[in-house]
Formats: sequence, C-alpha cells, structure tokens
Amino acid sequence: MSSTFTEINIRRIRNEFPTLDREVHGKDLIYLDNGATSQKPQAVIDRINKYYEEENANIHRGVHFLSQYSTEQYELARKKVQNFINAEKEEEIIFTSGTTDSINLVANTFGKKYFKEGSEVIISTMEHHSNIVPWQMICELTGASLKVIPITDSGELMMDEFKSMVNEKTAFISVTHVSNTLGTINPVKEIIDFAHERNIPVLLDGAQAVPHMRIDVQDLDADFYAFSAHKMYGPTGVGILYGKEKFLEDLPPYRGGGDMIKSVSFEKTVYNDLPHKFEAGTPNIAGGIGLGAAIDYMESLGLDKIANYENELLEYATPILSSIDGFNIIGEAQNKAAVISFLVDGTHPYDLGTLLDQMGIAIRTGHHCTEPLMNRFEIPGTARASFAFYNTTEEIDYLFESLNRAINMLR
Amino acid sequence: MNIAEIAEDIKDEFDMFDEWMDKYEHIISMGKELPIIEDKYRTEDYLVKGCQSQVWLSSEVVDGKIVFKADSDAVITKGIIALLVRVLSNHPASEIANADLAFIDEIGLKEHLSPNRSNGLVSMLKQMKMYAVAHLAQNN
Repeated sequence: MSSTFTEINIRRIRNEFPTLDREVHGKDLIYLDNGATSQKPQAVIDRINKYYEEENANIHRGVHFLSQYSTEQYELARKKVQNFINAEKEEEIIFTSGTTDSINLVANTFGKKYFKEGSEVIISTMEHHSNIVPWQMICELTGASLKVIPITDSGELMMDEFKSMVNEKTAFISVTHVSNTLGTINPVKEIIDFAHERNIPVLLDGAQAVPHMRIDVQDLDADFYAFSAHKMYGPTGVGILYGKEKFLEDLPPYRGGGDMIKSVSFEKTVYNDLPHKFEAGTPNIAGGIGLGAAIDYMESLGLDKIANYENELLEYATPILSSIDGFNIIGEAQNKAAVISFLVDGTHPYDLGTLLDQMGIAIRTGHHCTEPLMNRFEIPGTARASFAFYNTTEEIDYLFESLNRAINMLR
Repeated sequence: MNIAEIAEDIKDEFDMFDEWMDKYEHIISMGKELPIIEDKYRTEDYLVKGCQSQVWLSSEVVDGKIVFKADSDAVITKGIIALLVRVLSNHPASEIANADLAFIDEIGLKEHLSPNRSNGLVSMLKQMKMYAVAHLAQNN
C-alpha cells in the first residue's frame, strides 16, 4: 500500500468536502486557509445533523432513553479522542470550547495553585496570543513573570537559550508544538525531557499539530496537550485538554456549575470525579460527537498518509513559489508543517490577499495572532498559505499563477 | 460639488468597469498616485490601527471646511482612502456628519468597509465623522 495519496484518492477525498465544491467571485474556491480552520467532510456534517434530528437530549443527568443514548455517544467521542492521541485513560480527556479555553483552564488552575511571587513561566517567541495572554493574566495575579525563548532567523527555537533559562524559579513551560505562522515543528520531546529532569510540567499547544500528524501524548510524555476540533475537520466550539491524571486530580476546578459536582449544599460542595470536574454546564454535545466523526474520518484516511501527502505539497510548493521575484518565506525551519508564510518585495500582504480572493483563493493575511513574532521579524504581517490533505498540486500551480498576476498589478 | 454629487461621479467612473481586475487596477493606481499625507503625519499620533493594514489620518479646519488627509501602508486600502477623502474632505462639518456613503456598496467595495476586514478603514471613517460631529457641537 502506498504511503501517500494518489490522484484518484484526492479526487474522492475532495468530493467528501461540500464546501470545496463552491465558487467565490465566480471562480472555483481554492481553500488555503486551513491553519485558521479546516473544511468539514460530509461524514462530520451528517453526524451532527443526525444528533440533532434523532438523538438530542441533555447528557449525564437523565433516566430516559435519549439522555442515556446521547451520553453514550458523547462519552464514545471522548474514548475516540483518548485512542487518537494515545492517552492512558479516558478521564484524562477534558472537553473544552477550544485550544484557547484549554490553555486558560490550565493557567487558571495550575497557575492559581502553584505560581507565586518570583515564579517564572517559559513560553516562546512564536506563540499564538492564546498561549501568551492567559499566562500574562495569571502572572499579573500571582506575581509570576514570563520568560520567552528566542528564535533564529529561520524560525527555530534557540534550544541552548531555552536550557539556560530554566532554573529553580521555573514553575511551568508552555510552548507550541507547531507554529501557526511559521510552520516550525518544535523539538517538543527534547523540551519535555529537559523539563522533566527538573520536575517542571509542560503544556503543548497542539492546535496546528493534531490535524497534520499522529500525536502520542504518552510517547511525548506531555503533561498537558491542548487542541481544537475545528482545525482537524471537526466542528467549531469544541476543544480538548489532555492532562495527566496526577495533575488533573490535584488541580482545583476551573468553573463552577452543573455536571462538575457530586453534591451541593450551601455549606459545602463536593466536586465530581474526572473528567467531569472540569466540565461545568451543558457541554457542546453535538460538537463532541461531531469531533468523534472527524477522528473516524482522519483515521480512515490514515494519519501517516495525511502527513506524507501534506509534506509532498509543502515540498512541491516551496521551490515553485520561491521562484517568484522578491518572494521571501518567513519560517524556514528544517522540520516544518505544510504552511508557507511569505512576503513579496514591493507588495503588502493585505493587497495580495485581496487580489487572490478575487481570483478565488483563500489565504490568510495579517499578524496571525502572533504579534510578538511579527515584531521579532520586524514585519507588520505576512500572507500565509496553509495546506490540508485535500489540496492539490494543481491548486499550488494556480496559486503561483495568481500570485504573479497580483504582483504585476501591484508593482 | 457637494458630497452627493462627488459620490455620483465616482459611481459613473466605476460603472465603466466590467471586470474586477479593471476596477482593482483603478483603485491601485489611485493608491499609487496619491502621496496623500506628509511624512510628519505618518506617526503613532495619527495612526488608526487595523489588524491587516495601517491607516494614518489627519483632520483640520480650513476656511470653515474640514480637510482630511489620510494614508495607508497597503495600496488597495490607500486607493479606497483616496475615494473616501475625495468624497468627504473639504466640506462643511454638517455635510460630512450626515454624509451617505452608500456609493461604496454600489461600486462593489463594501467588503473593504466591513469590520471583519480589520484594515483600519472602518475606524478611519468613524473618526472622520466624529471629527465633524465634534466640530459641529463646538460651534453650536
């Protein structure tokens, strides 16, 4: 069996994504904004519809048939997530509203319990705002401070600097697995091993990693791993926080309300067991079940095939686009996901994005919620093409032609 | 010409373009041609921050009329600024405060004035109108 997709595979796969079939501005849509969110396969859309059409009931609290059934479906999705990232226990899978929510949960529980005046939290220069701001907020509250791992011009973490930054004050390390702007795949295992030798817990922001490669949280030995359903072909509004049981048991609840309690009286509330302790209120039931369908879909394609094919797209696109006069790639790490952030001499990313949009191409422009990273490179923003397994080399050819056309109009 | 008449003129100009490319080429050439703001205004004080592109805006009253000067680092944004300045600048405050900018929609550039676009244009327009309203209030 081939370890990548053939042309026939891709045609079949594309047919399973209804949005890819539409036109924008009278042109076939070329969707290259997968880093922002992915399109959804019919299987996911159907599964969510089926839930609302046939299964809808609130979960974890009913004696009646439908409540029981929807609870089973929702918990089955948790089991699928567990297997998908190879967590040891399903209690270690917490459903949240997204990666941002997952990181806020850890910052607000771990931070509140363990950070104190003088504590240090290490993040990196290439973090998304959602892995910066929650830490800043908790630092302000506790008197802890942020330390930032610098990066090289090619967009790689300076590991020696990182190692010299870690000391007895380091209370926590939170870094991205894959950079949304640069595509850099960070040496997270090395970071975790180094941190664990010093008993420092590590959270990985996996929002840009999970859609594109197989993740094994036990092999990584990550203490926390955060990601979103909507970037991995599932619905918006659902995220996951994986946490090692020993941490999740130890940490206080994040939000109070229904579902997260065992008993409530005005004198004392006893909190529920994991994972429910962290899941106050009625969750996004349809979203969780839809995420389960997205995982089934990705598994049916094969995660290794997805990774290999996307890497082929990156290797195809990089030299072609680089041949454009004045084309500069921001982020040229050795180990890189299928993301190309770029600037073209004499043009502004906003103008490029606007003209490409008129030609049917969806890319992202701006600072990509990584303003400190833009400041590091002293640029206002970039244009970014981010690929998924349903993209094709023909689309990359069209991107190349369209970019040339846009540049000609702008220069 | 008053604001409504200038807007009509611009609509006629844009009616000539059948192709999106011609329309954008026109906007780009307007953006390229006009050095609409002096360097002294391209500072933090005059910056209207957008997430996608940056806009600088200065406003002053000359002979009872409000004169706007504006600029952007993105040429399409700058081209649209040129249109907005052409329509709104050099008119009495009352006319600016009540100006109807439906022409932007009619020439098919509405998307550029969506807050979602975050290119600084929406904030710029708001500031232009606010300046006019504030000037009116001051003189009443």
